[in-house]
Formats: sequence, structure tokens, C-alpha cells
Amino acid sequence: MSEPIDEGIVQVRGLAKSFGAVQVLHGIDFAVQPSQVVVIIGPSGSGKSTFLRCLNGLETAEAGTIRICGHSLVEHGRMIGDTQLNQLRTDVGMVFQSFNLFPHLSVLDNITLAPRSLRKLTARQAEDEARALLQKVGLEHKADVYPGTLSGGQKQRVAIARALAMHPQLMLFDEPTSALDPELVGEVLQVMQTLAAEGMTMLIVTHEMNFAQEVADTVVVMDHGRIIEMGPPSQIFSAPRETRTRTFLQAVLSRQSVVS
Amino acid sequence: MTLDFTPVWQSWQSLATGALITIEVTASALGLGCVLGLLVGIGRLKPQRRVIFGICTAYLIFIRGTPLLVQLFLLFFGLPQFGILLPAFLCGVLGLGIYSGAYISEIVRGSIQSIDAGQMEAARSLGMPYRLAMRKVILPQAFVRMIPPLGNEFIALIKNSALVSLLTIDDVMHEGEKIISVSYRSLETYLVIAFIYLILTSATSFVLRRTERSLRANGRV
Repeated sequence: MSEPIDEGIVQVRGLAKSFGAVQVLHGIDFAVQPSQVVVIIGPSGSGKSTFLRCLNGLETAEAGTIRICGHSLVEHGRMIGDTQLNQLRTDVGMVFQSFNLFPHLSVLDNITLAPRSLRKLTARQAEDEARALLQKVGLEHKADVYPGTLSGGQKQRVAIARALAMHPQLMLFDEPTSALDPELVGEVLQVMQTLAAEGMTMLIVTHEMNFAQEVADTVVVMDHGRIIEMGPPSQIFSAPRETRTRTFLQAVLSRQSVVS
Repeated sequence: MTLDFTPVWQSWQSLATGALITIEVTASALGLGCVLGLLVGIGRLKPQRRVIFGICTAYLIFIRGTPLLVQLFLLFFGLPQFGILLPAFLCGVLGLGIYSGAYISEIVRGSIQSIDAGQMEAARSLGMPYRLAMRKVILPQAFVRMIPPLGNEFIALIKNSALVSLLTIDDVMHEGEKIISVSYRSLETYLVIAFIYLILTSATSFVLRRTERSLRANGRV
């Protein structure tokens, strides 16, 4: 589908990507406005994560154009150089399914490492900011422990704080709660909800349909490397236009109601 | 036949001096080997960088595929044909260092590649350049994993250093040969020499075990 793309914090046009012979993204057109919270849903293998990873250059797009936070990331299939890419990434926070905290560093050092070397903060400034961020995610008492001693939910909250420490304009979440025990999902979603309320622009790949319903401005449905449907959650969840969306939602929602 | 250690004891001073030289040769070679190993190991991380990868791989194939003794003799007896006359000690250090560098490079490469790819992705996603991420995130973790295989490599190096006695270096092995040449007490002398090597290797593995344990403390890595 092709919606008109206006100026925004994220603009994607004709994004295509394949792994070997398998094409995983077929010409994605997409835009996000500042302070928007966009949730991307879709069956496994639909290209959601790959799409998200293209937006901060972890995957190399093959065709199309991507503009993020005023930077041009991909211009007609050509990616910018490493130096510019590093610059862009400081504006785009990324939160991974598997947290990827640095196990050899304390929680505090996990958060201050990048700001100290990239934003040229003094140790003192970086630490003050980090402690403030830890307070925000409710973990100020964990500043000096190592990630190995944290629960999954705590790790993910630290990972969010670490990404926020670079003062990003945009946050990408790649299935942030999928690796968590069910009882730990809530604390992470809570933090994300607070972020959204503060006006952070967020792009979230998730299977948490309740969260999508409550927090998202826009829900994007992907299937087989294409955006098949896009709209406000009320429309997507109660009156989806596409049969594939309906089938997917039925499968997910029936499972979630069985679980709860 | 009776064992008579008297001639060996009488020469304990030269054996001690020899042991010191063995330690000097090995430690210097170790330093060289670690530097080479780190560079070559990192050089072999990305096959896409053809030239660097090619040079590093050629080095690895040649050094691992030929005997250490031949490599030492090439340096000591071969290079003079080009007018390059290196002191024996330097030849020994170069030979052993270049040799162990090849093995250490594989330890370095393996340890780096064993670190979860998500670590590099997380560091790069924060905007850290590749080298910074390598230095601050990947290498500190990889280093802990390198210690056990490095310990084996260090011990192998200590034992291999006996070969430098053939380059006229007065290491503990060479001092032993001298004792034998005047006393004909081969068994006793070699037993004592074996014991000296045993002490050196045991001390090394003890120190490495302690280092690893302290690095692994706090359940960090």
C-alpha cells in the first residue's frame, strides 16, 4: 500500500531487503511523526524485526530511501558511511529482545559508557544522568550491581535507560518483552508507557496486543515483507480491512486470552 | 647403577642463571606473541578485508605448518646469508614469539567470535564506532575466555623454549648440556632440568588460574 509520505522523524520509501535468495522486505513505504507511538505487529517471519533493524543500519537496505531524524540513512539503496551512521545512531535508541547488556560492566557503567565516550560528558555528569535515568526506570538501587544478578525485566529496564542516556529522538523496540517471564512483562511495558506519555517517538515490534491497543497511535500490520494494513488501534483491532490481519489477530488474541 | 647428583648440585649457579635466561626468552617471546596474536587474530575477523585477511592467513599457515626448529634455524643460520646477523637471543625471542603468535591469534579470534553478536550490535546501536566497541565491550569479555587456552599456550612456549639452546643461547637446557659434557651424568642432569621446567610451568598455570578466578568474580562474565 502507498500512503503519501510527508515530512516526519522517520521516512521510508521503497525499502527492500533480502537475505540471500529470500526477499524479506518488498518495497516498504512508511512515515512516523514526532511523538508518535507506532506498534508493528504481524506473523513471525513477516519482516518486522528486519524492518526495524534497517532503521538504525543494523541491516543494510538494498533499495529505497530512509531518512531518520534529519539524517539520510539510505539514499536510493546506498547506505551512508560509517562515521555518519555512528552519528545517526546516537539519535536513535535501540532496545533488543535479548537485552544485550554488557555483562562485564556494572549497571551504572552500562549506561555511562556511551555518553562518556561519545557525548564527551565527564564521569560526574554521566553518572548523575545515569542515576536519574535509573530512577526513572525504578532501579536506582541497582546502580552498582552487575547485569548477571538482575531479573529479565530489570535487565530490559536498564537497557532502556542505557539507550535513553544518548538522548535519542527516536526509540526502536525489537520485541522488548518476548524474552521475559510473563510476570515481568508489565514492569517493562510500564516504563515504555511512561516514555510514550512524555512524548518520545517510539517504534515498537511486539506481540503485546493490549499494550498496542492502549498506547499506540498507529498500528502497522506486516505480512510477507509488506505493510498490509495501517491505522489507529481502534480500527485495526475492531474492524481490520484485511483478511490476513483478521486471521493473525484471531490467532494471537485467542492464545492470549487462553493464557490470561 | 647409582644416581649421583653431585655434579649437578655443584653447578646449581649456572642452572639458576640458565633458568633466568629461559624465563627472559619466554617472557619476551610471550610479549611478542601476544601482540602479534592480537593483531593477526583481529585481522582474521573479516574475510571481506581481503589483503589483511590474506596476509594474516598466510602467516598462520606457514608458521603452524612448519617445525619451530626449522623456523629458528632459518632466523639464525638462514638470515646471515642476506647479511642479516641477529644476536642469538634476539633470534630466539623472534622465533618463539612469531611461532606462538600464530597460535595465540587463533585463540584471540575464537574468543572474540564466541562473544554474542548482540554485544557488538548493542554497542554500535549506541553510536559507538567499531574500534571503540571492540576495545570497551568485546575484548574485555573475550579476554576472560582467552585465559584458559592462553595458559596452555604459555606452558607450551616455556617448554618449546628449550629449542633455543640449539642457537647457542645459554638457557637452562644449554647449561644442562654443558654439565653433561663434563660429568657424563645425563640422567641426573635431565631429571633436574625437567624438574626446573615443571616448576616454571606449574607457577604459570597457578598464576593464570588465580587471574581467571578474580576476573570471573561477582558473576560478571
